[in-house]
Amino acid sequence: MQFGVFTIGDITPDPHTGKAPSEHQRIKDTIKIAQHAEQAGFEVFATGQHHNPPFVAPGNPPVLLAYLAAATENLILSTATTLITTMDPVRLAEDYAYLQHLAGGRMDLAMGRGNTGPVYPWFGKDIRQGIPLAVENYNLLYRLWRETEVSWEGRFRTPLQQFTATPRPLDDVPPFVWHGSIRSPEIAEQAAYYGDGFFHNNIFWNKEHVIQMVQLYRQRYEYYGHGKAHQAYVALGGQAFMREKSQDAWNEFRPYFDNAPVYGHGPSMEDFTKMTPLTVGSPEQVIERTLEFRDWVGDYQRQMFLVDHAGLPTKTVLEQIDLFGEKVLPMLRKEFAKGRLEGVPEAPTHDFLKARQAAGKAPVAGGGEGSQAFLDRQKANEEAPKK
Amino acid sequence: MKTAFESTDPFTPDARHIAIIAAGLSDPSSTSLLAKQLGQTTADALSARGHRPELHHFELRTVATDIADSMVTFSRSEQLSEMINEVEQADGIIAVSPVFKASYSGLFKSFWDLVDNEALKDVPVQLGATGGSPRHSLVIDTAMRPLFSYLRMRVMPTGVYAATEDWGSVDTTKNPRDHESNAAYLDRRIAHAGQDFAEVVARLDPRPRRAPLQPKELEVIPFDQLLNGPDAS
Repeated sequence: MQFGVFTIGDITPDPHTGKAPSEHQRIKDTIKIAQHAEQAGFEVFATGQHHNPPFVAPGNPPVLLAYLAAATENLILSTATTLITTMDPVRLAEDYAYLQHLAGGRMDLAMGRGNTGPVYPWFGKDIRQGIPLAVENYNLLYRLWRETEVSWEGRFRTPLQQFTATPRPLDDVPPFVWHGSIRSPEIAEQAAYYGDGFFHNNIFWNKEHVIQMVQLYRQRYEYYGHGKAHQAYVALGGQAFMREKSQDAWNEFRPYFDNAPVYGHGPSMEDFTKMTPLTVGSPEQVIERTLEFRDWVGDYQRQMFLVDHAGLPTKTVLEQIDLFGEKVLPMLRKEFAKGRLEGVPEAPTHDFLKARQAAGKAPVAGGGEGSQAFLDRQKANEEAPKK
Repeated sequence: MKTAFESTDPFTPDARHIAIIAAGLSDPSSTSLLAKQLGQTTADALSARGHRPELHHFELRTVATDIADSMVTFSRSEQLSEMINEVEQADGIIAVSPVFKASYSGLFKSFWDLVDNEALKDVPVQLGATGGSPRHSLVIDTAMRPLFSYLRMRVMPTGVYAATEDWGSVDTTKNPRDHESNAAYLDRRIAHAGQDFAEVVARLDPRPRRAPLQPKELEVIPFDQLLNGPDAS
């Protein structure tokens, strides 16, 4: 089980002082937060991708992640998320493969469509084509990392003739990809089709929907023959603010909650903590709540926490990370290990992917021989009228 | 026509679920009163036709902040989810709004904005509105009807509008047309609308019902089709 922190890089004024950090300060503090997370025992750091204020999450995440690769030892560097809809898949293939080399394989990425509608036209794209863009762009990216010469034609970008994306992935093993979506079954289906991971950033969403989306992904993962449903790769979001005494956490976090981007000025903190995985309280309460996620979705591979938003001072954020490291993560590791079903894989690392590929066990997109999907295709071909 | 056993509500195959949405702001409210009476006459008429009416009465004022929260964030309260869930699988809808500034209230519109575009296709809806003056009565036809046409519902031809004086007033107890009081005339209009509405609801098959709090089934389009178009095998 991997634990990580993810950031959206928002620049929000601290409600106590009315002052917001400068972009420069926030960017530098992001480095500090990632390094601190590594020291505290987190395995993963992921950054969002943003193209508009008040965010300083990078427009091209590998810029930040490459710096972090040099500034950390073991941390896996990831995204939450990489905008697969508006970015050119060729640039994604190049930039992330380059990062993979710099980071020695300590990286993966999560694909998303973003929740900021206006981004699409900034990159000449049409938001109504969100799903088709995600489908076509990823398919090209997938091929660019696996085929040395790609000839390709699609709807959303100029054709390619015998194109080779450089650098080739480290050890010729493409980075692991998670597909993130809150509510689009097409994306769960996409993740299952390729045998990739599924990331549900459930921090804004009711548990019934989380369960439904993950179940769909698991069923389809098995259908495409990549493994049993319970062996599919699932990552979840989470959000917590804690102090030793629960009431202190509530008092301290409330002004930040009330003014937070996205959900601030909306539901009360009482309602929001009930409706979503946000936990405000003692470390014990955070542990208890996080363990519930497994009851929803089954044994899973990666748990990300949002800890640095809404104008919280960096000092407070680092304290939160320390509390995670000292009190929460050791208990979560212990408890998540208990009763973990046999055959449930750990989150993929570069070494794992390398070995899997060497053993000829890399997933076959769409389902290889022996999968139900393969059988269904065969049957459909036999039944199709002969031309 | 489905037989009783094919119904997805096997215990009550003759049930017809009517969701009543009242957007009145006060308690008691004339909007709520009109909605209840429309519900009652519909229920009576359904019973008379051998159906078992199940009325689900909802007051939007009880979820006003939930609706606002849901519009500006992803979150949706349990109470609001249950309400939308019930509305989206109803066999018939009774929708009643007060008239504000020449139209339905903002709360009323905000609620319907949260309902799935496709969920209520072909579902009959009975409209009603209340106002301080009978001069607003066309709001049902000029404002409410297009909203439900957009949702491609079967909008009943005659809505029921109730002005303050229709609830009974000292000065105009007589309607010059037929020497009937306004209140009695309103009762008659409500009864007539309820009967018409019940007739349409009763003629249609009951709609499938989900277990409580079960979200809608996710629709899976096989990835080959997403990638290569609908003709891909």
